[in-house]
Amino acid sequence: MKVKELVERFNLKIAAGGQHLEREANGGYCGDLLSDVMANAPIGCIWLTVQGHPNIVAVAVLREMAAVVLTGHRAPDPETVSKAEQERIPILEWPGSAFELAGRLYTAGVGGGPAT
Amino acid sequence: MLKEFKADLHIHTCLSPCGDWDMSPRGIVQRGLEAGLDLIAVCDHNSGENAGAVMREGRRRGLAALPGMEICSREEVHILALFETLEQVLAMQEFVYAGLAGKNQPEVFGYQIVANEENEVLGENPRLLISATCYSLADIVRHTHAWGGLSVSCHVDRPANGIINQLGFIPPDLELDGVEVSYRIPLGRARETLPAIGALPCITSSDAHYLEDIGRAYCVLHMAAPTFDELSLALKGQQGRRIVS
Repeated sequence: MKVKELVERFNLKIAAGGQHLEREANGGYCGDLLSDVMANAPIGCIWLTVQGHPNIVAVAVLREMAAVVLTGHRAPDPETVSKAEQERIPILEWPGSAFELAGRLYTAGVGGGPAT
Repeated sequence: MLKEFKADLHIHTCLSPCGDWDMSPRGIVQRGLEAGLDLIAVCDHNSGENAGAVMREGRRRGLAALPGMEICSREEVHILALFETLEQVLAMQEFVYAGLAGKNQPEVFGYQIVANEENEVLGENPRLLISATCYSLADIVRHTHAWGGLSVSCHVDRPANGIINQLGFIPPDLELDGVEVSYRIPLGRARETLPAIGALPCITSSDAHYLEDIGRAYCVLHMAAPTFDELSLALKGQQGRRIVS
C-alpha cells in the first residue's frame, strides 16, 4: 500500500516530506533503539518510533524507508524536519501507541497482514 | 611542569538511586585516595546536590574533585556535564530539574540521599532522578557549554543509554568534548573496538556506584595540575596537555 493511502486511511499528520508519499510501504518495523532499527528494519518499510532525533532520517535513508511515523504524541526535532525534507523522507505523526497503529497497518495488509 | 595525573571522572554518590549507601562524601574521597587518584568528578543522575560536599571533603583531604552530573536526554542517552565550580553545576541543575518530571519511589528505584562532608544525612531528594529529561542531547550540550562546562557522552560501548545504541551513530554535528568508554574496554583499544568514536577525544572512567569500584577504570592525563582548565586542555590536546592512556 502506498504511504499516501495510509496517511488518508489512518489520518496521519504530515510533519515533513509531504511531497513524497507515493512510495509503497514494504513491511513495517517498530523500534526506538536506532542501532537495532539500522540492523533489522526491512528495506522500504514504514517505521514506527518515539525517537524524534535527526539521526532517524539517516536511519530511514539507510533502510530506504517509505516513511517514518512518530507515535504517542511525539514530534520531530526541527532539524529532523529539515533533514527529512532534504532527503525526501516522509515524517508522519500518530497520537496513539505504536502497538495500536502497528495492528491497524498489519490488518490493512502492510507487512503481509490480511488485507481487508 | 607537565606530569601525569590519574583521573576518574564519573563517580556516583548515595544521591543516585542506584548508588550504594556507602558512597558518602567521606567514603568516596577516602577510596579515591586509596586508589591513587589525583582527580575525581562527582556525576550523579540528573543532580549535583552532593557535589559540594565531596569537593569540600576533597579539599580537606587533598584530592581534587570536580562537580558534574550524568544527565539523561530525551533520546535516553546519558551524557556527563563536568564543571569547575559548584555555582556552575547548580545552575545546570536548575535547568535539568525544570525538564525532569516524576517523583521517586525509593523502594522501587532506590534511596536518594543528600549528605554533607561530615557524612550526615541532610535529606532525601524526592525527584525521579533515574528518569529522562525532556531535553534533546543538543540542548544539553548547548546549556553545558553556556555554563562553561564540558560535555562527554557516557559509556558509548554500552547497550543501556549509550549514544551509539540509542541513536545508531554519534550525530556528527553534536559538539561533544569527548566520549567515555566503560571499564569493560581498554582505552587503548576503544577506537578499534568502536570505530563510531572517530576522532573524538576518548576517556574511560569507573562509573562507580560502589566504593570498591572507584578507580576500576581511570585515564592518565598529561597536564600541569589536576584542575578543570587543565582537563579541558588535555581533552582538546592543546598546549602539550593530552590523554595518555
